[in-house]
Amino acid sequence: MIAIVDYGVGNLFSLSSSLKALGLETEVTRGAEKLRAADRIILPGVGAFGDAKAKLDDTGLVPVLLEEAERKPFLGICLGMQLLFDRGFEYGEHAGLGLVPGQVVDLRGDLEDQTLKVPHMGWNSLQIVKDDPLFKYFKDGEYVYYVHSFYAKDCAASTLGASRYGNVAVTGAVRNGNVWGTQFHPEKSGDAGLRLLRAFAEL
Amino acid sequence: MLAKRIIPCLDVKDGRVVKGTNFEGLRDMADPVEMAHFYNTSGADELVFYDITASVEGRNLFTDILRRVASEIFIPLTVGGGIRTLDDFDRVLKCGADKVSVNSGAIADPSIIGAAAKKYGDQCVVLSMDVKRVDGQFRLFAKGGREDTGIDAMDWAARGVAAGAGEIVLNSIDTDGVKTGFDLEMLDELASRVSVPIIASGGAGNMEHFAELFTHPGVDAGLAASIFHSKQVDIKELKRFLRARGVEMRI
Repeated sequence: MIAIVDYGVGNLFSLSSSLKALGLETEVTRGAEKLRAADRIILPGVGAFGDAKAKLDDTGLVPVLLEEAERKPFLGICLGMQLLFDRGFEYGEHAGLGLVPGQVVDLRGDLEDQTLKVPHMGWNSLQIVKDDPLFKYFKDGEYVYYVHSFYAKDCAASTLGASRYGNVAVTGAVRNGNVWGTQFHPEKSGDAGLRLLRAFAEL
Repeated sequence: MLAKRIIPCLDVKDGRVVKGTNFEGLRDMADPVEMAHFYNTSGADELVFYDITASVEGRNLFTDILRRVASEIFIPLTVGGGIRTLDDFDRVLKCGADKVSVNSGAIADPSIIGAAAKKYGDQCVVLSMDVKRVDGQFRLFAKGGREDTGIDAMDWAARGVAAGAGEIVLNSIDTDGVKTGFDLEMLDELASRVSVPIIASGGAGNMEHFAELFTHPGVDAGLAASIFHSKQVDIKELKRFLRARGVEMRI
């Protein structure tokens, strides 16, 4: 069973539907026992870093997630990926989960071409930087769907894939041990995204 | 870099997809779920559903359809039509919409834009506007293009973005349904006023019109209905055509 962490952030309809469409058993939960019993865990999320981290802290699940991330495949999606890092700088500085080294900063601050729109929203091509079982069914350069204004940096050692936006290589996918993350939404990235989720379910 | 987006739009009334010309004389076209599947496999980058039903039964039928589409198709879905309150946002988001577009509802109560952006994030709020030239001014129209609000459309867009709208759909009433090309002058004016993504709507008649559209760098996406529904333009073919012209496309 794949547990999707429910901490009151974002819409989980598409994510659970996409896993169901792949024939995978899923449960949207905030139960510690359910997370311990799951084969895999997905941490979703939309919104702002600090607010989401506070909500996650309020569930009391953080210690459980940190333990389980050492035992089973764990995937953070979008803001859920950003929370994996050490720190985030959206509306002030906030501590993340520290599961992947790096920090999450304003994309606007690093873009040289100020005519480029932020949020970085739409389909961008993901260039594979490091081969990984997550890409078992994914082809280098396929397009994935992004919606975000902050991005992860100082995480070269963990970066699996990136997308070019102006002068910035936007961190698209990361891995540190059992912990994976995608800045884009695989559940909104058409067939390419579904194939990535299938690979995650087979890890 | 980001690919330019091609977006088919499905106007849904009483559970069926319809598309009129100049907003009048609707013609029944097909089943929305079936059409969504068709577009998903033919390369659409996003789908827009407008609920143009007035009745409660029609509205329930619409949310059922939305739920079915969202549980089977995994590309971004934008939903509009009859969105007036945060409860309306909630209702369609729970059925699987990713973005919600407001039009007349925001004209009646502009505070809905800010309230929704605060609750669901800017990326979720799409400001859709019907615009027509009146006395040398780009004028905002309400109620499906039937009512002149007297408001300057470009000021309206700038205010909407300042309040939190994350994207704008600009539908030119002057070019809608006429199939002589997008309203490039109107789009350029909008692009000079706002910095959020702009979706062009109204006027697409052939593939060349899209090629022309994307030479305007301020435009992020092209939206059309009848030319796709009638299969006069095939999205896969259109995307290959545009890529050959140097436009970045997800293929």
